[in-house]
Amino acid sequence: MTPRDPGRTGAAEAEPLAAGQEGEAIKAIPLRHPWRNLAAVILVLMLAVFIIDAAQREDYGWADVGKYIFDKRISAAALVTLQLTVYAMVIAIVLGLVLAIMRLSPNPVLKSIAWLYIWIFRGTPVYVQLVFWGIMALIYPVITIGIPFTTPWISIPNGVFTNLFITAVIGLGLNEASYMSEIVRAGLLAVDRGQEEASRALAMSWGQTMRYVVVPQAMRVIIPPTGNEIISMLKTTSLVAAIPLSIDLYGVSRGISAVTFTPVPLLIVASLWYLLFTSILMVGQYFIEKRFSRGSGQRRAAKPSSFAGVGTTAAVTEAPTGNEPGGKG
Amino acid sequence: MSDQPMVLADRVSKSFGTNRVLRSISLKVDPGEVLCIVGPSGSGKSTFLRCINHLDRVDAGRLSVEGQLVGYREKAGKLYELKPKEAAYQRRDIGMVFQRFNLFPHLTALENIILAPMKVKGTSKADASAKALELMDRVGLADKANEYPAHLSGGQQQRVAIARALAMEPKLMLFDEPTSALDPELVGEVLDVMKELARSGMTMIVVTHEMGFAREVANSLVFMDGGVVVESGNPREVLTNPQHERTKAFLSKVL
Repeated sequence: MTPRDPGRTGAAEAEPLAAGQEGEAIKAIPLRHPWRNLAAVILVLMLAVFIIDAAQREDYGWADVGKYIFDKRISAAALVTLQLTVYAMVIAIVLGLVLAIMRLSPNPVLKSIAWLYIWIFRGTPVYVQLVFWGIMALIYPVITIGIPFTTPWISIPNGVFTNLFITAVIGLGLNEASYMSEIVRAGLLAVDRGQEEASRALAMSWGQTMRYVVVPQAMRVIIPPTGNEIISMLKTTSLVAAIPLSIDLYGVSRGISAVTFTPVPLLIVASLWYLLFTSILMVGQYFIEKRFSRGSGQRRAAKPSSFAGVGTTAAVTEAPTGNEPGGKG
Repeated sequence: MSDQPMVLADRVSKSFGTNRVLRSISLKVDPGEVLCIVGPSGSGKSTFLRCINHLDRVDAGRLSVEGQLVGYREKAGKLYELKPKEAAYQRRDIGMVFQRFNLFPHLTALENIILAPMKVKGTSKADASAKALELMDRVGLADKANEYPAHLSGGQQQRVAIARALAMEPKLMLFDEPTSALDPELVGEVLDVMKELARSGMTMIVVTHEMGFAREVANSLVFMDGGVVVESGNPREVLTNPQHERTKAFLSKVL
């Protein structure tokens, strides 16, 4: 091709298309995907075989599943699991926020302490931590208040860690805080520095800047992984058996099956309850994410008042007529 | 007190590490004056502006706004750093407009404007909103009150940012390259708002590359390069008849 001046190129290409006339529609034979289709068929067949087999297999004890699914003991235990999840997450989110702010502090001591906390609690298994919290009442039988290494002023028996439910909440919450702090920190760092400066230039204090400007924007980054953490926490509560606490959903279903010798149906019952809760949480997460994405440009231009909006809609609706005389509008 | 300068910089210096960004800057801005600061990038113009409302702190010299030392308190010959609350209080009378607008994206235009008056000054929502709508009308955006920043053009966003700064009823307005991030066809609408503001008697310090604006609106012009004030004076004189070689070299590139 010989180089032509750009002005004439546009005109030349626009010429064959008369105004209002379209090119011939493409009627091609679509590309086939035989292997992909075969894989889908095989998977469906395998699933069907599994379901038919499972429905007839006696070990699953479907009658027992039906019998225990709405058992009062099970639903009460499900409530305990929910409570464990909520209380532990509240501790984790509050402590996580504090740890995140400590890590972002200019003070090296605060920074290091937060780092040390996260290092320990993220670096050891939660199961091991829960065993540790379970025997905390033996390690520290009394709580004393006073000047260290002198006769204490007050000495009270350690009632906190003899209550296994509170112990479980603390154990789960402190472990989770280390993960939450990293999530919160990532969220705070994701907010443009200019936002904080604009807020300070408007004479807002640090607290106001965080509360009205930084945190609401950080939430968009924080919410999705936090939702995952809540779902994960709901399942992690089954590990409180390590403390040992056995009034949660998993503990109670194991307890019942130990008496009735029907372990499989009760595992299915527990699983269905866990699935119910995680499904509800996923729906909730969807709506919360929607709320915190306000102003992030996902909402389509509602009114055609801004000329940017007009530009895009006009381009879309007028494209098929193809009567635009080449060149950028 | 009306004869007191709005901004007085006396041999102000500032370093970032070993990089000396400001070297002994001295200048004075009177109430109602419009000062334009021009110069190549990295010459310290923006840093100087940021020092005026204590977003950056001064290392040496004295910088005061309305006779009050910025960011410090002098007592018995000693300087004490201000607490964050006190520093915030000093900023109440200084509005700032940024190159990249820095509107709060999670709030509508109106919410952007009423946030600081409500939270800092304790203005009621009704009063703040009424004032905000007045300001939006003044910057020509009366119909955009409920739009989120993402749905506004750059020029519209910057005009909202100006209205947001004005909502705090400042005595001094700082503009940090307010049109540099804008598409060329949107620059005019922002400059028009700034011109109107200048005519209304607002004291303004404007870091800009818009020489036409400087010539038309500014009472004085400062040319900075390498952290020093190379040349200053009447904008028409400096722009048409620069005395200094560096000023000449810079102006020959931008004019």
